[in-house]
Amino acid sequence: MSIPQDRKYLPSHEWHLVEGSIVTIGITKVAADQLSDITYVELPKVGTMLQAGSAFGEIESVKATSELFSGVSGKVVTINTELNNHPEWVNQQPFSQGWMIKVEATSPAELEKLWNAAQYAQVYPT
Amino acid sequence: MQLTPLNDLHVELGANLVDFAGWEMPILYDSIINEHRFTRQHATLFDVSHMGRLFLSGPDAEALLERLNTRPIADMKIGQCRYSHVCREDGGILDDVIVSRLHERWLVVCNASNRDKIVGWIRKHSEGRQVTLDDQTLTTAMIAIQGPDTLALAKDYLTMIDLAGIKRYHCLEGSYLGINYICARTGYTGEDGYELILPAAAGRMLAGSILNAKGALEGRIKPAGLGSRDTLRLEAGMPLYGHELSESVDSLTAGQAWAVDLNKDFIGAPVLRQLQEHGMARQLVGLHIEGKRIARQDTPVEKDGGKIGVVTSGTLSPTLDMVIAMAYVDKQFAAIDTPLQVNLRGQPIAAQVVRLPFYKRSK
Repeated sequence: MSIPQDRKYLPSHEWHLVEGSIVTIGITKVAADQLSDITYVELPKVGTMLQAGSAFGEIESVKATSELFSGVSGKVVTINTELNNHPEWVNQQPFSQGWMIKVEATSPAELEKLWNAAQYAQVYPT
Repeated sequence: MQLTPLNDLHVELGANLVDFAGWEMPILYDSIINEHRFTRQHATLFDVSHMGRLFLSGPDAEALLERLNTRPIADMKIGQCRYSHVCREDGGILDDVIVSRLHERWLVVCNASNRDKIVGWIRKHSEGRQVTLDDQTLTTAMIAIQGPDTLALAKDYLTMIDLAGIKRYHCLEGSYLGINYICARTGYTGEDGYELILPAAAGRMLAGSILNAKGALEGRIKPAGLGSRDTLRLEAGMPLYGHELSESVDSLTAGQAWAVDLNKDFIGAPVLRQLQEHGMARQLVGLHIEGKRIARQDTPVEKDGGKIGVVTSGTLSPTLDMVIAMAYVDKQFAAIDTPLQVNLRGQPIAAQVVRLPFYKRSK
């Protein structure tokens, strides 16, 4: 499966979809497959201020617990509360239904430092 | 890294392979939870060829094993298997093993991570005794088939062995078309099943023919990895070396008194007898934990903010759909129903001491 071309990626596997000043963040299929059997996603409260490069939450699978990172600074405006009851959506639809948070970016220029799809796919081929 | 005879089959089946005690082993093929459930409901095949297979023979083999094992050996009949611990003089657990009495020899199945240590321990204590040690780990394969459908399905492909005729914790040694096998009615999942030792190439052939079967057997036995083997044994309340068992804990504290006979003489027995008399400071317990966050190994266990124990294994139980863990806690907090907390990254989460095992199969 090819990865979406319309997003920016962190080497730690988070994707960032930019729509105006709102950035939606989730994790890639490579990361979801690697974790397998996701059992719990801990997300920040709406209103939390994020710094680019800092952790915003945690994801747990039967195998391991990992931190989730944001590639942009800004305020969390929406979280995917459905993941509370359906953490498996991150395994099943990591690029759509399994999205995690929406951030109102304060410095959209930060996104230019992230990888594009081709750069990500080169390091993590599928 | 060491490869098992089934390695190319794991690759063909799309396994996620990891380094486990120096062996490249499948942690999962599809999903740990799916493989776990398929084992509880149907049947799965595990490659357990990484486990040590040590054969002992000679006039003093029985006496040596009697000295090294926490459970009696001399009274075992041919074809009997027995779970036991091997301890140091101070009671620290060197390994947990299954000893089987075969015709004029013995088989000790030990953990992969402890094989070198146990081989060394056996050699050291063989000095002055007539014992021959034959380590067949690298020349044989070991396959476990586990789950409620195991026996019914075996009638279709394992026609040379009468599995139902082998009682639980017994084994049968035989030869078929010149291929020597040992088939034991044992396992590490809490389900019925068997573990089969074969020459490497024969083991690879059998596993491939089961997992790639066409016809009646197709899809009835699925491959399962070490990930589900771990969650299955945890639900079944079975200890794992490196988690519940280690050199810094003794068999009684580990809740394994049933696997220790203090009336016999073995290395570590005097210390364990003293411990039995004076009582243990801590105890292995089962915990039910609130919420969905998994308390993993080394998570602190607390009572009202004070640390009173530590988690050894934890997972989200696929069968019970709740977070479970095993933990060592100070004796006074070990009673069933005691409310405790586990500290998950600074947050105290409610936990309760429960009886082990978490899961027991219906007969």
